[in-house]
Amino acid sequence: MDMIQIVLLGIIATILFILLKDVNVTFAFIILILTSIIMLLFILQRIGFIIDLLNVLGERASIDGVYLKTILQIIGIAYITELGANITKDAGLTSVASKIELAGKILILILAIPIITAVIEAILHFLPSI
Amino acid sequence: MLTDASILFQIATIGIIVALIHTILKQMDKEEIAQFVTLVGFIIVLVIVINRLSELLDQIRSIFLF
Repeated sequence: MDMIQIVLLGIIATILFILLKDVNVTFAFIILILTSIIMLLFILQRIGFIIDLLNVLGERASIDGVYLKTILQIIGIAYITELGANITKDAGLTSVASKIELAGKILILILAIPIITAVIEAILHFLPSI
Repeated sequence: MLTDASILFQIATIGIIVALIHTILKQMDKEEIAQFVTLVGFIIVLVIVINRLSELLDQIRSIFLF
């Protein structure tokens, strides 16, 4: 069972964190970072299957490859942003974390520009030309 | 997965041992050497973490088509 492994990993990390917190704060924080990295690595292998499914479905529905690629890139940026923001927030640097989140939002918006343009052009196409 | 959990224990052990050495050296009035030991332990742990982080970012990049 994968879920049990994840939960047990979290519990082990918690115990080690509490053990190390009083002895050496730096190492305790590194255990925190490493736990999130390991869990994300573990779950990314499963995400690969879902993305393969999405690609197959997109090809079936003959969706333009650019749109699917853009959406996947946006999801990737979201994951990296979450990781960075959560680690900085755990260390107590809330302002830096909010800046990382802001940068992620802006970069996602920039990636979405072609899709937004396509939507607006489609709407303009439907409007009767006066 | 088994190896992944052992990395956590590895880092916890390094942390405890480094703290122990730091305390002992401090008792022996060798403050500089104690600081140096802490620094070396931190660098060793940092190398492990950075290897893992690069692995994670590589995987994200390969999965999400960057």
